[in-house]
Amino acid sequence: MTQKEKAQVVLRLDGITKRFGPVTANEDVSFALHRGEVIALLGENGAGKTTLMNILFGQYTADEGSVELFGQPLPAGDPRAALDAGVGMVHQHFTLAGNLTVWENIVLGVDALSTASLKPAAAKARIRALSERFHLKVDPGAKVGRLTVGERQRVEILKALYRDAKILILDEPTAVLTPQEADALFATLREAIASGLSVIFISHKLHEVMAISDRVLVLRHGRLVAERATTDTHGEELAALMVGAEVSAPSIAPANPGAPLLTLRDVTTPGAGSAPGLARVSLDLRAGQITGLAGVSGNGQAALSDLISGLIAPASGSMELHGASPKGWSPRAAIANGVARIPEDRHKTGTIADFDLTENAILETYATRFSSRGWLDWSGARAFAQKLIAGYDIRCPGPDIRIRLLSGGNMQKLILGRVLEGAPDIILANQPVRGLDIGAVNYVHEQLAKARDRGAAVLLISEDLDEIMRLSDVIHVISEGRLSPEFARGTMRPEDLGRWMAGEGFEKGHTDAA
Amino acid sequence: MELIDILLSASFWAAAIRIASPLIFATIGELICERAGVLNLGIEGIMVAGAFAGWIAVWGGLPLWGGVAVALLTGMMLGLVHSIFSVPFGLSQHVVGVGLTLLATSLTFYTYRVVLPEVSSPPKITAFQPYEIPLLSDLPLVGPALFSQTPLTYAAFILAGLTALVLYRTPLGLAVRAAGENPQAVAAQGLSVTAIRMGAVVVGSGFMAVGGAFLTLSAFDSFFFDMVNGRGWICIALVVFGAWKPGKAVLGAVLFAAFDALQIRLQQTGIGAVVPYQVFLMMPYILSILALVVMSRRAEIPAALMVPFNKGER
Repeated sequence: MTQKEKAQVVLRLDGITKRFGPVTANEDVSFALHRGEVIALLGENGAGKTTLMNILFGQYTADEGSVELFGQPLPAGDPRAALDAGVGMVHQHFTLAGNLTVWENIVLGVDALSTASLKPAAAKARIRALSERFHLKVDPGAKVGRLTVGERQRVEILKALYRDAKILILDEPTAVLTPQEADALFATLREAIASGLSVIFISHKLHEVMAISDRVLVLRHGRLVAERATTDTHGEELAALMVGAEVSAPSIAPANPGAPLLTLRDVTTPGAGSAPGLARVSLDLRAGQITGLAGVSGNGQAALSDLISGLIAPASGSMELHGASPKGWSPRAAIANGVARIPEDRHKTGTIADFDLTENAILETYATRFSSRGWLDWSGARAFAQKLIAGYDIRCPGPDIRIRLLSGGNMQKLILGRVLEGAPDIILANQPVRGLDIGAVNYVHEQLAKARDRGAAVLLISEDLDEIMRLSDVIHVISEGRLSPEFARGTMRPEDLGRWMAGEGFEKGHTDAA
Repeated sequence: MELIDILLSASFWAAAIRIASPLIFATIGELICERAGVLNLGIEGIMVAGAFAGWIAVWGGLPLWGGVAVALLTGMMLGLVHSIFSVPFGLSQHVVGVGLTLLATSLTFYTYRVVLPEVSSPPKITAFQPYEIPLLSDLPLVGPALFSQTPLTYAAFILAGLTALVLYRTPLGLAVRAAGENPQAVAAQGLSVTAIRMGAVVVGSGFMAVGGAFLTLSAFDSFFFDMVNGRGWICIALVVFGAWKPGKAVLGAVLFAAFDALQIRLQQTGIGAVVPYQVFLMMPYILSILALVVMSRRAEIPAALMVPFNKGER
């Protein structure tokens, strides 16, 4: 690329303002993207990143301001305009159809609907050429539903490249990848950038932003609050800009582990559909210790969490709680043995969206703690809800609000309070901070550390390696249902864990787990 | 063995193909709707309306193909009603569908009484006659069974082939299938999920109505109130049986029709003298249920079937 080409502005947003009723989602946002440049768009949840991209893609119409692509004004509210002008987007929630093949997903919408034929052979050949050139290995004839998350993301990127995208927008692209997969993605991006592609990279992982971007734009409450050349800034400054104050992650004191509260020895469970079961897993959850479980999703995390919460029993091997093997393992038995869980999906299995806060607060205890002779104790329940609101900093108008109307962070605080109020011995925290902003993440982590210090055994299941490494006293990696040996805090680098996550090391590893 | 004699007779297979024809039209119509993500329970009523509309148009002086066109348009109109409620408004597809069946059936009977207030038995028309395809119809067994049918039967099979071609080989068909799998993916490409789904329901409903018209214009030569007699519901099951694939759905329709043709013939055999005839009447349904259980175990149901799409929601 020549210097002149580099100076070419490919996308210009000018004074974009968007209001939803009284809420201002974007206010006077202006920036320009140059050819071959990578801009990182940084901001917490609700900072307006997604709204901005939806305006670019015509899903929303801006109240004020204009968008220019390659010097041409972009017509507002036309979803095809941005696509046709060469903008591709890789959404955080992939927009792929699982029952269709890779090539079908990629060519969807490329030709006009009146076109006579799809020409599968030509399409597949083109996809193969692209995947060769950009090292995006994927079989065009495979059904998307059978692919791993990493492969699906490659399909999404191929989709954009197939359309000759000149600008690529990536929304939280590494959230679901192993470190190695993320590195491969970055290598692919660098290659594409060298050939003239411009990239907008949306993320809240600071080290990635530092690694890939040329410039960083920070959005806060819908406004562009800072713009930095990546070489002139550092992670702490960006974090502070993002939340508008100095942030400090909670400092985790060294653990003081006690006796194992839950012990698994050579436990095997059957798989369910495409999700593997556990394969001869041995695990100790000790009192006063946070055990982190790292791994790419779908490698047996679900089986382990189902086992501990009582939904399934071991097919072989032994399980002991408080030093005795439980009789008749069921969710009820798990609760009776002091197991509490923060479910993976707070919308689907954690709360009931159209119930109010009070009803959600007593979901797990209504039949025991808040009822007498078959009648619900509403005044007790309301008092309990009030206590959670005060004690766990749940920001809401009151205990009668429908849970649907709370933000993800406040919903998670409610679940956390509900779980911790029972002072459980064993806490199963499955993706406890997924989709939360930094403030809420720190709060949840603090509370988990507090529970640990009180003497609870915490199992932290997460796909976010940073979270695992920050919070866990000991770490296991899970891959295809097998569990790695226990690694003490600070003994493994992310790359080392990444190799285990990719399945290396297990051949000799899993039987010597301590 | 009498059973083997029946299975080897050309007249048996000719009857099976004839009985299958209306089912093929309506099943293909339903399949198109469901592939786009809309369950169309209006099928039974649309078939009744199509049977009546085609017949009354021919009775009123239009040529037979004119009657088919009138049935097609009637079905498309009713499909438009369904799609307005089920797609942009996103109402319950069950309620809309059952409501449409009741509406279409009642409207048909009402119109019948308005047009023919005095008659006790409905007037007859001259229906489609069998057309023997040169050369092919001279083949033994296959000739009289497959190639001596009415033009509308040939049209049913051609329609099924064309539908498969469009669904799997054209950008339009891909968009329809994607709309039934993941409408977000369609919307992300700047295509209108609403337009694709409405179009599929309108076109599919048109084919259902032609299936109904087959009964009055080809199978019989007149219109009776109960002549559709649950065929629409059978077609819903046939779509599942066919795992949402046109070829397998046609196979299912022929299989069901063969059972139906077989039971009539079995009634006249030695067994028929012993076993009550109701058992024979039940046979196609029981065998269909069994086949359905076996065949649909591993079917890949369109992931977004019956899920309304609202732009901007996750």
